[in-house]
Amino acid sequence: MDLSVTIGSLTLANPLIAASGCFGYGVEYGDVVDLASLGAVAVKGLFLTEREGHAPPRIVETPSGMLNAIGLQGIGVHRFIAQQLPALRARRATVIVNICGTTLEEYVEVARILSDADGVGALELNISCPNIKEGGITFGCSLPGTHAVVSAVRKVTRLPVIPKLTPNVTDVASFARAAEESGADAISLVNTFLAMAIDVHTRRPRLTNIVGGLSGPAIRPIAVRMVYECRRVVKIPIIGMGGIATAEDALEFMIAGANAVQVGTMNFVDPFIWPKLMDGLHAYMAAHGIVRLQDIVGTVDTTARQNSWISS
Amino acid sequence: MPLDVDARVIANRRLSADYNVVAFEAPAIARAARPGQFVMIKTSRGLDPLLRRPFSIFEVLRDETGAPSGISIFNKRIGAGTSLLAQVEPGERLQVLGPLGRPFEPVDPPADAWMIAGGVGLAPFLTLAEALAVRRTRTTLFYGARRAGELYCVDLFDALGVRVVLATEDGSRGVPGRITAPLEAALGERPLGEPVKLFVCGPTPMMRACAGLARVHGRACDVSLEQVMGCGLGGCYSCVVPARRDEGHPHHTRTCIEGPVFDAQRIVWDAMQPH
Ligand SMILES: Cc1cc2nc3c(=O)[nH]c(=O)nc-3n(C[C@H](O)[C@H](O)[C@H](O)COP(=O)(O)O)c2cc1C
Repeated sequence: MDLSVTIGSLTLANPLIAASGCFGYGVEYGDVVDLASLGAVAVKGLFLTEREGHAPPRIVETPSGMLNAIGLQGIGVHRFIAQQLPALRARRATVIVNICGTTLEEYVEVARILSDADGVGALELNISCPNIKEGGITFGCSLPGTHAVVSAVRKVTRLPVIPKLTPNVTDVASFARAAEESGADAISLVNTFLAMAIDVHTRRPRLTNIVGGLSGPAIRPIAVRMVYECRRVVKIPIIGMGGIATAEDALEFMIAGANAVQVGTMNFVDPFIWPKLMDGLHAYMAAHGIVRLQDIVGTVDTTARQNSWISS
Repeated sequence: MPLDVDARVIANRRLSADYNVVAFEAPAIARAARPGQFVMIKTSRGLDPLLRRPFSIFEVLRDETGAPSGISIFNKRIGAGTSLLAQVEPGERLQVLGPLGRPFEPVDPPADAWMIAGGVGLAPFLTLAEALAVRRTRTTLFYGARRAGELYCVDLFDALGVRVVLATEDGSRGVPGRITAPLEAALGERPLGEPVKLFVCGPTPMMRACAGLARVHGRACDVSLEQVMGCGLGGCYSCVVPARRDEGHPHHTRTCIEGPVFDAQRIVWDAMQPH
């Protein structure tokens, strides 16, 4: 069976990727997960320098999901390269680095530095974090902003460039198209949905940051719909995510149009989820006589629904 | 290396309307557990509540031969997850991930060990008391609660030969007032030549007060911090506390992997969220 996925110059052994911000720098999970068995590890978002993030409480549980406002705490790109990348290399992990910036120049600088480092497989451009005021999502919420960041990073790196799209826009497909036209090798979606939870007894927001990003199974159907919409307008690979908890959930994203998937929140709930997902993909391929998993990508059959005699 | 065990509930001992002790069959976790470590428990089979909850390992249970066979947790009913744990029945199975976190470092004689617990902060001290008993370290438990009815499991510490000092805010048992008062008196009386290490777990203001007393009296002090946790493995960065690094600057530091036990003087108490 062939589960491999190709994203630009990078080939992943399988489509299962640990989602950024949900897997530390990967090394934290070295005792629990065989990092080499994952398609890739997307590490926590990195700026040029160290950042402390928001004051706690940073997460709150909601029905079938959670809100987070971590605020992109991170060790910065230089310490990542010095301290974490060698350990990831030693464990033979395929590494996707999630990069952030408060300015266009910062994205470019971080991308340039990582391009010279040994052991980086691809760059995922975080233009979609809802939790920081400056930069980031302001690029991801405007078509010219998306175009500017993606094409600027494209010019300074030979690594695959994967802008990560926000769902907090009216028409996500137009952002997918902008990313493709700007030279992206793939897109990933979705980042979290801007959301809020309030303690009615104190009338205070449950997060110090007031608002945060919703993730987990609660968002899955919306994320699947967004992947489906993007698949219809772009040719480049799509990495889909949002609430994946089982192999069936992963397959749902792939049939909607994703070439690979990421798992975030459910890795918190079950860090031993990875071999279970892998077994589930194998079982599905065996049951349906599928030899190449990529053959199911975007194969959702909508004809029956559209031809229904009852529709006017 | 943490394990995830589909652990059978062996017993649910209800201590009061709000507190209970749940025992799980989990030999592998019990064998690996060190004092002060914790587990992450999935309190439901489904998606609600979604995330696991962190619990100190309260007891390491043993079979007739003395081999570790399971663990228990000390549960206080606060929210959805802890309410489900208040109601579990023997025979049910729950996912238990552990052991996790940096353990306490017990001390050896001639040093004494003083454990200071407030409310549900009693949880990590039974395993520590056992480790100290094995080392024959003289151990005292300073244990405070609002009222007598909220002091639990003191007999378990008595049985290990721990000297127990109690305090209640309403004066219904032990010293009236906060537990920090008898602690402060004991610190004042202790000759400097006689070493003692403090181990503290409880509400943030209490831990802060103990950290201050330890500093003034020049005594080593470990605190065990309880924070909201998403994963327990260092993945999510939700359980951070402001802690100083070697160079002295404070950074948001993950309680799950760098703690839950910290040197009290590393914590920037002014910046800690009260809870
Ligand atoms: C605690 C937490 C931290 C996150 N941090 C990042 C991050 O640093 N960069 C990023 O691009 N996405 C981040 N995300 C978003 C996830 O990568 C993912 O897009 C989102 O959670 C949806 O997937 P899920 O439902 O499987 O978690 C974070 C999500 C969570 C829950």
